[in-house]
Amino acid sequence: MEHRSHIYGVVAEFPTPDELIHAVERTRQAGYRRIEAYTPFPVEGLAEALALKRNNVPLITLIGGLTGGLGGFFFQYWVNVIAYPLNIGGRPLNSWPAFIPVTFELTVLGAALSAVFGMLALNGLPRPHHPLFNVKRFVKHATSDRFFLCIEARDPKFHLADSSRFLHGLKPTHVSEVEDD
Amino acid sequence: MSTRPPYDTEDVLPDSPVIEPGHTYASVTDKISAIVLTRPTSLGWVAGFALSFTMVMVLTVSLAWLITKGVGVWGINIPIGWGFAIVNFVWWIGIGHAGTLISAILFLLNQQWRTSINRFAEAMTLFAVACAGIFPLIHTGRPWMAYYMFPYPSTMYLWPQFRSPLIWDVFAVSTYGTVSLLFWFVGLIPDLATLRDRALTKPMQIVYGMLAMGWRGSARHWHRYQSAYLLLAGLATPLVLSVHTVVSFDFAIAIVPGWHTTIFPPYFVAGAIYSGFAMVLTIAIPLRKAYDLEDFITMHHLENMAKVMLATGLIVAYGYYYEYFMSIYSGNKFDLYLTKMRFHGPYSHFYYMLILCNILTPQLLWFRKARTNVALLFAMSLVVNLGMWLERFVIVVISLTRDFMPSAWGRYSATGWDYATFAGTIGLFVMLLFLFVRLMPAISIAEMRELVAETSEGNE
Repeated sequence: MEHRSHIYGVVAEFPTPDELIHAVERTRQAGYRRIEAYTPFPVEGLAEALALKRNNVPLITLIGGLTGGLGGFFFQYWVNVIAYPLNIGGRPLNSWPAFIPVTFELTVLGAALSAVFGMLALNGLPRPHHPLFNVKRFVKHATSDRFFLCIEARDPKFHLADSSRFLHGLKPTHVSEVEDD
Repeated sequence: MSTRPPYDTEDVLPDSPVIEPGHTYASVTDKISAIVLTRPTSLGWVAGFALSFTMVMVLTVSLAWLITKGVGVWGINIPIGWGFAIVNFVWWIGIGHAGTLISAILFLLNQQWRTSINRFAEAMTLFAVACAGIFPLIHTGRPWMAYYMFPYPSTMYLWPQFRSPLIWDVFAVSTYGTVSLLFWFVGLIPDLATLRDRALTKPMQIVYGMLAMGWRGSARHWHRYQSAYLLLAGLATPLVLSVHTVVSFDFAIAIVPGWHTTIFPPYFVAGAIYSGFAMVLTIAIPLRKAYDLEDFITMHHLENMAKVMLATGLIVAYGYYYEYFMSIYSGNKFDLYLTKMRFHGPYSHFYYMLILCNILTPQLLWFRKARTNVALLFAMSLVVNLGMWLERFVIVVISLTRDFMPSAWGRYSATGWDYATFAGTIGLFVMLLFLFVRLMPAISIAEMRELVAETSEGNE
């Protein structure tokens, strides 16, 4: 139990996306749950292999878009009808068709800002340092040409020697321990 | 989208794939990141940067003179109050549209060939919007008061006129600029992480590391990232159509002959994409040559862009024809007179040049020989850029010099400061592009790896 405090997990390196997906499936079958894959580009089928749930980015975007749109429209309404009404030849104060372009732009702006910042917040970014960056091979290859699978120490089934042996059994090109700091 | 051609495209074009064969994840990464990290700065780059930087200095001087003396240094005067400032604004903002089209609409349509051109096309959008934004700002005459156009609680209890297309413009262009920046930056994050991990010096590692925000390619991160990217593409698509629509409202909502037509929004959008693709070609052709990127920006890309140019050019031609037809069909004497002025008035040579540049020359693109001739394509992209600038000149100047009453007619000619300011923004645009190709990966590395995975099963 003691070693867990300074070990983040064990990471295995694979040369192709297909081998990674296969390894992820085997690891989940073995009962590991706190696992994560790292790839240099989005790999199709990986989310399914990891059994990732639908994420909340679309919902956040919808809320942001609605806020921008409704806020934009009612702000213009407030300006023209309540804050500074100007009677110009008896024309209606709430001339809503003229408010649509700004409403539309603010809808898009609200949605886009919440999509990006929502995605970053849910991903826990910015986070300049991460234990995995202690692994030299990870830094060299994870954002270039190799595919990594990490079993994290917080997994209830995690045991440094056993989990390393298990990962070796998946025929990776490399297995490294990840030190926590 | 099952409009498949009656023949197998691969058989007809065996020599132009979207990426040359034989590339692996590592080779793609090496080749693109080397432009930023290891390649020595070439003499050509220094010369190009120096030249464009000089033009930025010209811009600085023109702006300083303008702010010192006022807009009287330009050729504008009543009745021609818009002049070069608005011509250039519409021209620049239109150029930006192709970047968003390539990155958003072609992404939604799952067009693989967009991959190697989307990054610098997006950068082009950003820089074009930056150049565009300068003009309405300085055209206000008192740019230090431009914040009046934004709704903020002031002690005068005044608010912007939300019923005016000029205020719509403020919202459309600033939203467009912001969303383009977000789209570009989100696309850059994985590549910035690549640069961070391959950086050769500590300062470089720190700068790219801060920009990459700790991206490590986690599958959960990619999962949300892809959702966000897809949503941004979905949002940018109606946005890009709305921006030039709103820009066209600046004209179409007014009652000036030649402006007050319903064809303006679609024909402005088509014209924007037309000029934008021309500018993408103007940039792509020297870029692929200078940095040996012929493997990534292949003939396939150039040809496809030429086809988009031809298609949008034909829509624009239809727009011109329709304007002509409507003025005849309406029988409105002011519209008829304006049409006559386009053909026989004092600025008719601009109109004939416009027809030559925008309608006649691009017809060459029907021929595959023309579409695959790189030098000709480059020349044609310049011609279309010129043509689209002339189009805005014709719209702004001919209509304003000949509106309803002969007593309100006038003439317009640009001064040296007008030309200097315009040339200066071209310098700014080019300088930003030079900085961009040197400091950021000009092609999306992550997406190229994806393309490698899709096109060649089995790697290493």
